[in-house]
Amino acid sequence: MELLKEHILRGLDKNVRLDGRKLTDYRPVSIDYDISRSAEGSARVRVGQTEILSGVKMSIAEPYPDTPDKGNLMVNAELIPLSSPEFEVGPPSDWSIEVARITDRGIRESGALEPKTLCITPGKAVWSVMVDVIPVNDAGNLLDAAGLAAVAALSHANFPGVKDGKADYETRTEKRLTLSSTPIPVTVWKIGRHLLVDPLPEEEMVVDARLTITTTADGTIVALQKGGEASLTVSEVDEMVGIAQDVAGKMRSLLR
Amino acid sequence: MAYTKRFDGRAIDETRPMVAKVGVVPRADGSAMLKIGGTTAIVAVYGPREMHPKFMQNPRGGVLRCHYNMMPFSGHGERVRPGQNRRAKEISRVIENALRPVVDLSAFPNAVVDVFIELSETDAGTRCAGVTAAAMALADAGIDMKDLVAAVAVGFVDDRVVADLTYNEEHYNDYSDIEDKDRPVADIPIAMLPTTGEIVLLQMDGKVKREHLKAALELGQKVCRDINEVQRRALKEKYQE
Repeated sequence: MELLKEHILRGLDKNVRLDGRKLTDYRPVSIDYDISRSAEGSARVRVGQTEILSGVKMSIAEPYPDTPDKGNLMVNAELIPLSSPEFEVGPPSDWSIEVARITDRGIRESGALEPKTLCITPGKAVWSVMVDVIPVNDAGNLLDAAGLAAVAALSHANFPGVKDGKADYETRTEKRLTLSSTPIPVTVWKIGRHLLVDPLPEEEMVVDARLTITTTADGTIVALQKGGEASLTVSEVDEMVGIAQDVAGKMRSLLR
Repeated sequence: MAYTKRFDGRAIDETRPMVAKVGVVPRADGSAMLKIGGTTAIVAVYGPREMHPKFMQNPRGGVLRCHYNMMPFSGHGERVRPGQNRRAKEISRVIENALRPVVDLSAFPNAVVDVFIELSETDAGTRCAGVTAAAMALADAGIDMKDLVAAVAVGFVDDRVVADLTYNEEHYNDYSDIEDKDRPVADIPIAMLPTTGEIVLLQMDGKVKREHLKAALELGQKVCRDINEVQRRALKEKYQE
């Protein structure tokens, strides 16, 4: 591991990554929609060789007593062992919980999905929106890919019909979920004194610190999460925010 | 009377449109996907690698282990809760039994070959799509095999033997507009070795008479050979150009 880190650092000193990219170069990103007919909304995001699927399911639930006119949002990540030799069968790992929570926080705190638009009958029935993000191939940078996939799937989700107070999955209405903004998480990674984006699995293994910054179109920061053991200076954080806003703008232009 | 025209207009021995591809999970040792109508299976193979837990190691040869799972958003109705359930466990076992006769892991004592089968969308026939894609993924991983395995659900819907049932056909009495809502329906997933026609997976839900079962199995043999053509083509395509 130390040899790998030395090797990576030698490259970074010359602004060259393992795959030849510069520090703030992102691999090609593509988004496909409606990749699962079973889901109310779905999307596939590819970042280089990383591939992640996201699917939205909706059901009718009773609202929480303290928020009678608000629907629910839940984001879950399943880091399935199909997608990487590092992932194991069994209960969710710390990493999968962190991926899910970072994805969730950006969408929730941005207010992109207004909970009141999910109300059917106040105090009685609201929509529960469940988003699952699932990698098919983990070639690094699941954090950013998961966030983009979740927003893509949500923005293409249609409500199911309603029959006898329950969701009728046989019919899918024309009515779409509405997102009032597009929160995009971008993670900036620190190895040695270098800052980079969109890491390969080898780079993730030797990282010292990372900061996930979720921003909306006007650049507002709606969620932050620092990971890794190394510390960050104020000026580093500021520089990371600039990088994230820049990358998020490019990602946002790929959404439709 | 009887099921003369299929809901989606297919011939009785016709499968839904298929798309097959190998090498879809670059991090795996072998992988494949099969989309058949509204059912998509993605399969990755890892190994031979060290078997954990250790007490499951077999000193006489490697072990083939299958894990079938539906993605939470892939169900027909509500979200499927993640994690093992009785159905997934059973299907994993019958898929293992279908694949073990063709793979030779005798050169890998104490090792395991893990086969992960994930469904991203489902419209019936998921275990069959899983087996078919798993055989392709094992071949893609370079595991010694004496044949591929191809699978399809054949069925018996209101007096007609049909191939590759959809969800609506499995629930014929809910979806047909005939008045008698108690017509016999049988769902018979089968997997076989395309070269010999030997059956390696066989299950049945529903009601069927002896002569109909025989007809259904013979139809299955024919359709599995068609599916095998799709498998072979996909495996060859990876090495073209």
